[in-house]
Amino acid sequence: MKATHNVHNFLEQFWPSTVDGLALGSIYALIALGYTMVYGVLRLINFAHSEIFMIGTMAVIGALHALGVSSLYGGLGLVGFVIVLAFLAGLASGASAVVLELVAYRPLRKKGASRLAALISAIGASLFLQQLFARIVIPEAFDLPKEKGALPVQGHFVERDNVIEIGDLVISNDKLIIFVGAILMMVALDQFVNRTRLGRGIRATAQDPETAVLMGVNIDRIVTATFAIGGAMAGVAAALFMLRFEEAKFDVGFLLGIKAFTAAVLGGIGNLRGALAGGLVLGLVEMYGAALFGTQWQHVIAFSVLVLVLMFRPTGILGESLQQARA
Amino acid sequence: MSNSTGVSARGKGRAGFGSAFPVAYERARRRAGARRAPLNLLLLPLLYVTETFGAINETFHEWWIRQPGWSRWTVYILLIVGGVLLPSEQVASFMSPETDWATLLFFPIGGYVLLAIGLNVVVGQAGLLDLGYVAFFAIGGYTMAVFGTKYGWSFWEILLVGLVLSALSGVVLGAPTLRLRGDYLAIVTLGFGEIVRITANNTEYIGGPNGIGGIPHPPSLSEWAFPDAFPFNLVGLEGVQPLSYGTLSAHSYYYLMLATIVAVIIFAKRLERSRVGRAWAAVREDEDAAELMGVPTFKFKLAAFAIGAAIGGAVGVVYASQAISIIPNNFPFILSATILAAVVMGGSGNIPGVMVGAFLVAWIPERIRFFGEYRVLIFGAVLVALMVFRPEGILPSRQRKAELEEGTGGMGSMGAEVAGPTADAEAGR
Repeated sequence: MKATHNVHNFLEQFWPSTVDGLALGSIYALIALGYTMVYGVLRLINFAHSEIFMIGTMAVIGALHALGVSSLYGGLGLVGFVIVLAFLAGLASGASAVVLELVAYRPLRKKGASRLAALISAIGASLFLQQLFARIVIPEAFDLPKEKGALPVQGHFVERDNVIEIGDLVISNDKLIIFVGAILMMVALDQFVNRTRLGRGIRATAQDPETAVLMGVNIDRIVTATFAIGGAMAGVAAALFMLRFEEAKFDVGFLLGIKAFTAAVLGGIGNLRGALAGGLVLGLVEMYGAALFGTQWQHVIAFSVLVLVLMFRPTGILGESLQQARA
Repeated sequence: MSNSTGVSARGKGRAGFGSAFPVAYERARRRAGARRAPLNLLLLPLLYVTETFGAINETFHEWWIRQPGWSRWTVYILLIVGGVLLPSEQVASFMSPETDWATLLFFPIGGYVLLAIGLNVVVGQAGLLDLGYVAFFAIGGYTMAVFGTKYGWSFWEILLVGLVLSALSGVVLGAPTLRLRGDYLAIVTLGFGEIVRITANNTEYIGGPNGIGGIPHPPSLSEWAFPDAFPFNLVGLEGVQPLSYGTLSAHSYYYLMLATIVAVIIFAKRLERSRVGRAWAAVREDEDAAELMGVPTFKFKLAAFAIGAAIGGAVGVVYASQAISIIPNNFPFILSATILAAVVMGGSGNIPGVMVGAFLVAWIPERIRFFGEYRVLIFGAVLVALMVFRPEGILPSRQRKAELEEGTGGMGSMGAEVAGPTADAEAGR
């Protein structure tokens, strides 16, 4: 009885789930890029990356407040405005990622510390940043009483309308921008890593750091660049996230970060195209799963799929290959 | 493996307590000098403290391994007596002026210590990164809650069931995933921790988000109380009934936890010295080599998972027996991260080390309650600072330390560690 109801529900929800899944998956994919690049170069799970994303969302809300945005944008105006916001958020997130690396990881790297120590440092940095925003930055920046710092802050700027309607397939403007924006960023990054000198440095370091040093690659610069790029991608993801959800709080990055890392692993960690594949697959699976079994099981389904995929493809869907990225 | 570390250990040794301070000072200076930032001038005192601590630790170890059996036993007995007298008034007034010290000693301190010892089996000994350890704690807790409230079993029966169930869940999680490499394992275990919590949240049978209330206490073993005589009257423990489990006093639960901790330490220590422990060390250092030498690595990794899980489950059962009610949000991811932090910051692989680490992560946030809302913020900063200054942990196991310096040991060093002359200078130290 229940099963047939579920299947019926799933069929009814198929197209909306697909659209939602692709939009969500695009955001996962953009955040996953930061995890996957840092992992490729340093073999480190950058746990504080979720907070880099959170800083991006706060930058967006801050910009909306600072600019005194009260009207809602639609159409091409919205696209232009999102680009500006994404740029600002990317700047904020990229800069904080670079600072994070300088403070929390570089000293460990110079000591040749274990990756486990770096992971703990990352968890510490993550706690620190979350609390810094909840207790100090958010209340100060948005004139909230101190104890309200942990509540969500809002920034409305989107006038939603449906741009594509083909039968059941309805795509609203925000979801379209998210999907297209994410794909554009991924293509740009892919080209950057595969074609530029800095990109070659990143690939060389990921492949074999010692040889890369001998060939004259400045590892510190590469690591800084990796964090800056990964952080900027998280910032763009934050702008797209705000486009859709219009509110954020200090721990907004936590679950998204875990999901994005799951997406990175699902696609094959260290692999840029894998991050895209993993993100989209995860987004779709979650939304289909939610339609089939109810939204409360969404996260359980995501992790179960991860376990299943890894059982059959232990290095993810596309395998690990930042080093072997073909160009 | 033990050969190379043994040599380096002996090479450094033979120092008396007196030489610890100059050695530490020299090291602190060298570390600070190796990095040129002016900030280091400010940090020199901190470096000095951590290095002094390390040097004292090494000197103590040198002394310890030369002691005959009877003097070691004296120390063990003194430690246990210290554990029994720990909830005293005098200690409480310094350690926790704001909260009930005995309650604090039971959980989080005792609970974290035991969880850290359990996680140390997985992370420190077998070198497997587990980010979802809290799942086993939760399974133990829910076992106690379900069997206690719905079937009316007694605590001691449930303890056994909890051990078996959590060990089984460790096997269920490990069997499909332990063939994965380190970081994949990390995310899968993290996912498992979340799955367990969310499933508990969504399952009506175990109360959903409201959890389970009315969990019975363990049956009292005896009404016997500490006599009003030395040493109990000096420390304000006279009249405390260590074996009767009521709702008012946390003392007896602390003693229950203490007994469990002592039992688990003996168990874990014996394991470490056994064939199993050596197999874990081999897996941790180089899994492929271990497999080639005939170590059935998968079997031993699974054993590590099951044993670690069973210990986590035991903590869950003991915890739930005191807590009366548990909810899914008692078992968040951050608890896994905290326990892992305790293990790494204490010195993974070394039981006294992880106990110190667990004690610190449990106690510091409680002790700095006067910082109020900023305590988690400060805790995060302390974690980063500790790792920056002492990445090997406070009391590292010598074998692990040597492995980490060589860049082996399961979780090897970061990919781009070859970062220029300073890194080489540090490595050659």
